[in-house]
Amino acid sequence: MPFITLKHVKNFACRSVDLEIRDKEFLVLLGPNGSGKTTLLNAIAGHVEYQGNILFDEISIDRTPASKRGVGYLFQNLALFPHLDIAANIAYSLKVKKWSQQKIRERVGELLELVNIKHLASRYPANLSGGEKQRVALARALAASPEVLLLDEPMSSLDEQTSKYLRTELKRLQRRLGVTTIYVTHDLMEAVNIADRMAIVLEGMIEQVDEPEKMLFFPCNERVSDFIGAPNILDCDYCKSTAQGLMEVGCGELKLVVPHDGDTIHKIAILPRHVHVSGDKPRGPMANSFMAKVTDIMPRNDMVRLRIEVSDKEMVAEIPYHFYEQLDLAIGKEIYVIVRARKIRVFEYKNLSADKTGVE
Amino acid sequence: MKFLKAIRPGWGLLPVAIFLALWEIIARIDILPGNLLLPPFSEVVAEFYRLSMNGVLGENLLSSLIRVLIGFCAGSIAGVVTGTVMGWNRVADRAFNPLISLFYPIPILGWIPLLMLWIGINEMLPITLIFICSFFPVLYNTITGIKNVDKDYIRAARSLGASDMKVLTTVVIPLALPNIFTGFRLEAGMAWRVIIAAEMVAIPTGIGALLMKAESLIRIDIIIVCLIVLAIMCLISEKFFAYLENRITARWSQHAVHNP
Repeated sequence: MPFITLKHVKNFACRSVDLEIRDKEFLVLLGPNGSGKTTLLNAIAGHVEYQGNILFDEISIDRTPASKRGVGYLFQNLALFPHLDIAANIAYSLKVKKWSQQKIRERVGELLELVNIKHLASRYPANLSGGEKQRVALARALAASPEVLLLDEPMSSLDEQTSKYLRTELKRLQRRLGVTTIYVTHDLMEAVNIADRMAIVLEGMIEQVDEPEKMLFFPCNERVSDFIGAPNILDCDYCKSTAQGLMEVGCGELKLVVPHDGDTIHKIAILPRHVHVSGDKPRGPMANSFMAKVTDIMPRNDMVRLRIEVSDKEMVAEIPYHFYEQLDLAIGKEIYVIVRARKIRVFEYKNLSADKTGVE
Repeated sequence: MKFLKAIRPGWGLLPVAIFLALWEIIARIDILPGNLLLPPFSEVVAEFYRLSMNGVLGENLLSSLIRVLIGFCAGSIAGVVTGTVMGWNRVADRAFNPLISLFYPIPILGWIPLLMLWIGINEMLPITLIFICSFFPVLYNTITGIKNVDKDYIRAARSLGASDMKVLTTVVIPLALPNIFTGFRLEAGMAWRVIIAAEMVAIPTGIGALLMKAESLIRIDIIIVCLIVLAIMCLISEKFFAYLENRITARWSQHAVHNP
């Protein structure tokens, strides 16, 4: 049974959105900037007007004001109150609900511990780092134990390392607390790494709702396919640590070095635009550089997609049209491909390595 | 009082000392005829002491101070309340904005003839003038402060369960305080300038009235004493609000230093 149901929701940015979000699910709304993701989130939170119906647990909340919808909202800019210290920020919703001082103190202590920021209780938001602010905002959103947590691009202002770490923690917390979560992002790999299911939002409409892997392998139409860029997904046969923070993964005959210091890697994904092509042999060590053969050329607007054969694998590279002309490529021509280690995304969750027999 | 530290002059005292020394010398070497138009600084200090001791200065200063305090407090409270309503409520803003825009540009001293006829020459005249003088700038600063509060803070507070009134009192007004205090700071000094004008024109007591009496007696030393007192009162008023503003907002400003 869905916990949140959107029926024909439309407004200035959304065009008749229908969506069902399951109880305790982690759903990611993925789409380019200006596609209506945040507006949809604001409609669920009650911050913008809309037509249609939104139901929580089959009860309409269309006439319920934002203050009574019982959602935790983590804004893109976090919106921590600058005039309140961290403990007071977290306690805000509890004070509004008139909890006793004793209960507030206990709950704030619990939350500070939950997100590992107990030492920051008396500081002000201006004195925190981006990652610390993120944790405070999360603790504040969770303070009143909301049934729904809405997160609007919460990692957008963080560096890759911090963002990756916090994503993992967020996922862990979400599972532990069992709160139905909707997470907005424009980053495909961020979505793939965190979502139970993903919903692709393009021009105010939901194009596809599916599990990440299904979405990557089976985009429902050309618009979705164009947006996600159908990444190259390679199964890994083995992985071993080579240096601090680096792992070597073997995908058939291909050996790649990826920045990773977590669990075993089951798959890696490389977006076509991150597969760089060169007519000349790259200088320096050949790490993540391979010889390849062009097997197909597919022009698309101002880009050209190349299907290439690399060892025993087939991959897709995407290059600008003018660069394609410079390279003077033809089917059967041999080229060099270079994959930048930082652009390789890794899948370490076991569920992503499950067979795909369920995919229609 | 801690705020007095804020006006501790330090090196700023040096130019003042040089200026006073030059003044004393020029007056003493008698460039100007007699001591009539420019009495030496030492004589001004002596007069200041004499007026302080016989109570004339204190009495007149107190009269002006009471008027400034009553007018300024009433004008500021009215400005903050009206500004909050107009900044928070779009209907109120649309209803009152044309009226406010019409009255705000009127020079404050332009009100004097009208107020003299309406309320007569009494204590209420300078108080009303200061009320008007404080009301409009505080009103505008409050409206700006309230309207400039980031909408995400308001949405965040609502999502956290706060009613409109709670959002206003716990988030919007505190975040508008820097703007509101800017209004207070600017108008605290302005109130002193206005009270002098009102007292010079129409009221027999107060620093302005003392100035007028000194002018009729050609007592330049007393005039200078009054001007110095005024300068000090303006400075103290402005610094007091600057200190309060800093005290309230320093903790949550970008450059705040954390005290563990």
